[in-house]
Amino acid sequence: MNDTITKENLNDDQIDQDLLKNVNWGNKFKLWLAFLSVSLIICLYFYYQQLQHGLGVTGLHDYVSWGIYISNFVFFVATSLIGMLISSVLGLMNVHWVKPLARIAELVAVAFAIVAGLIIITDMGRPDRLLNVFMHGRVQSPIVWDIAVIVTYVAISVLLLYIPLLPDIALCRDKLKNVPKWQQKMYKILALGWSGKTRQFKIMNNYTRILLILIIPIALSIHTVTSWLFAMTLRSGWDSPIFGPYFVSGAFVAGCAAVIITMFFFQRNFKLQKYITTDHFDRMGKLLVLVALVYVYFNINEIIVPGYKANTADAKHVDEMLYGHESLMFWLVQLGGLVIPFLLILFKPMRKPLPLTLISIVVLAGAWFKRVLIVVPTQLSPYYPIQNVPEKWNHYSPTVPEIAITLASFILVLIIMTVLAKLFPVISIWEVKEEMNHNKELA
Amino acid sequence: MSKANKNDNSRRNFLQKLGIAGASAVAGSALLLQGCNNSNKASGNKVKVLTADNKLVEVDVAHLQPGDKIKDLEYLQDRGREGIPGKKFVMVVDLAKCKNARKCMKACQSAHQLKPEMHHINVLEMDDPVRHTSYYMPKPCQHCDNPPCVSVCPVDATFKRQDGIVLIDNERCIGCRFCVAACPYSARSFNWTEPKDAEEFAEVTYDMELNVPQKKGTVTKCAFSADRLRVGKLPYCVSACPNGVYYFGDANEDLVTNGTTKKTVRLSALLDENAAYTLMPELGTKPSVYYLPPRQSKG
Ligand code: SF4
Ligand code: SF4
Repeated sequence: MNDTITKENLNDDQIDQDLLKNVNWGNKFKLWLAFLSVSLIICLYFYYQQLQHGLGVTGLHDYVSWGIYISNFVFFVATSLIGMLISSVLGLMNVHWVKPLARIAELVAVAFAIVAGLIIITDMGRPDRLLNVFMHGRVQSPIVWDIAVIVTYVAISVLLLYIPLLPDIALCRDKLKNVPKWQQKMYKILALGWSGKTRQFKIMNNYTRILLILIIPIALSIHTVTSWLFAMTLRSGWDSPIFGPYFVSGAFVAGCAAVIITMFFFQRNFKLQKYITTDHFDRMGKLLVLVALVYVYFNINEIIVPGYKANTADAKHVDEMLYGHESLMFWLVQLGGLVIPFLLILFKPMRKPLPLTLISIVVLAGAWFKRVLIVVPTQLSPYYPIQNVPEKWNHYSPTVPEIAITLASFILVLIIMTVLAKLFPVISIWEVKEEMNHNKELA
Repeated sequence: MSKANKNDNSRRNFLQKLGIAGASAVAGSALLLQGCNNSNKASGNKVKVLTADNKLVEVDVAHLQPGDKIKDLEYLQDRGREGIPGKKFVMVVDLAKCKNARKCMKACQSAHQLKPEMHHINVLEMDDPVRHTSYYMPKPCQHCDNPPCVSVCPVDATFKRQDGIVLIDNERCIGCRFCVAACPYSARSFNWTEPKDAEEFAEVTYDMELNVPQKKGTVTKCAFSADRLRVGKLPYCVSACPNGVYYFGDANEDLVTNGTTKKTVRLSALLDENAAYTLMPELGTKPSVYYLPPRQSKG
């Protein structure tokens, strides 16, 4: 009944060995980390420039005052939502095959959610006044709601990553004797004196369950509130009552793709073929089909309803998307980034690890540009004409510093994920063992 | 604390902040008195101040007069938030008279330290779909009675005062630009880079009613010239117009004054007789700026 973990008989020692293998500081890893750090520093130099000269180093202006920083922020919040879908919704429904993927999903969630918080700071004209939000925060403002829910989401996601990790941290503490001193010490502290007693497991499971339930409304609200940043304004293209569910369904598409890509890299780099199997990819592919279908449905609603009512400002916005300036990007994103991948994944061979990963990369890129399409064009068609300003204010094109700062956010996510993957097993060892023993009993 | 008292205090604080007055407040006021008495003896310490007619001048600290328009930031901030009790300011724009002279835009930009591409008031060329011509429409902030920009501001940096004016406190603004996104009239502008003549204004105390000095990374917009209203004058744009386009006044008194002819008329009659309208009333923002249609008006 559970064919996602290979039938091959794995004993406990073998599992320990396989899954702890990634916890080391090999040369390949050091090189990779060095590469990431250098790239990050280069990108941060551009942020320093922005701090010096102001947001004027970006392509933003009075008419498009939110650009790729905000789009990127929305994208990051979206991607981080997958933690909730996989570990929480499917986990609580006792879907067995996702169990080994739960930690990967949480890793993605934590990394993207933390960085989302940082991205919003790069968009601020006065980051030095960040504390004003806490000193003078006004509950009427959706930004304040957003900050509140994101902080909560990061906290709960970190706990959801950490608590089920306890038995494995204890394992690291007991088994990994040739890691640096500080690392041993860290395991010792983080393990919180875990000794594998039944009572401890019981407490852990209880807490995890509570958190898994808690995170569902929080996750839904972070993305719904993020969508409200737009929907609460009076601008055509944003002023839409279905923005909440529209954003959430889109989030799962981006998140599934991100998890698939991560799975692929972990599987290949850490030789985890026995644990992250071809069957896992197949099922994740099917999940992606499902969420993409829901998203396509919302997309149709977003376009057809205002498009049909031909005389409003909304219709002008839809026109602009379908045939106007934005049409090339629009069709590339909708067809290339959503519909075609969706049709491809319907075929089983496309759900094999490599093709599925490639398709996921396209889907993820499409999801990113989709956010730009949501944020930017609306601002380019304001109610009153754009006049008496430089010609280039009729368009928006991001500048090099702006792109570099955006790249920095991706680099940071990679750094967080690689470092965590080097400190802890990426697949829950105790759960795999439990699953094995359970299967054996059934057999 | 009485106003006079407060004023005195403010000057002391001001001097203290400059680090001239020494440690104690007593010493501060002593220096001030001394300065008033022998105004010929220069101390060598210069400060930049804004005079009553908004010129930036450099004066010696020893020459500071009690009447000079230097005030304590805290005092200006409190005053700016409070507004002018009993008033409800409104503007009426007679589109039939606008000839695109753009004197309003110029006066506004020079008063508020704005770069040429930044507009508190912008004269737009609009299409007239019925008569297939175009007309000119000056567009300041509408000082909405239900302002979407104010609802979305996370830190209460932009706010609505009792006299109907929507202002910005650029000492508090975090530069998130949510208000820019929320304003359906595109009335807001942002200091993307260092403001114009930033160095010249570096030491001027911030007055939110004028929104000067402008600050990098903060938002700016039309303030209905709250600083001029405070001294009983008409806004910069209103007095600069050569064509009699603008009326400005108080809805509570039901009177508005034309900036060019200085003629005062009844607001309700002016609006009724000329089929006045507001911009995009369907959005529910309730503007305080009224427009008289672009045809020959009777007023
Ligand atoms: S016109 Fe715009 S900036 Fe002015 S009060 Fe209304 S919403 Fe705010
Ligand atoms: S840019 Fe400034 S005034 Fe506008 S919403 Fe943000 S903090 Fe408030």
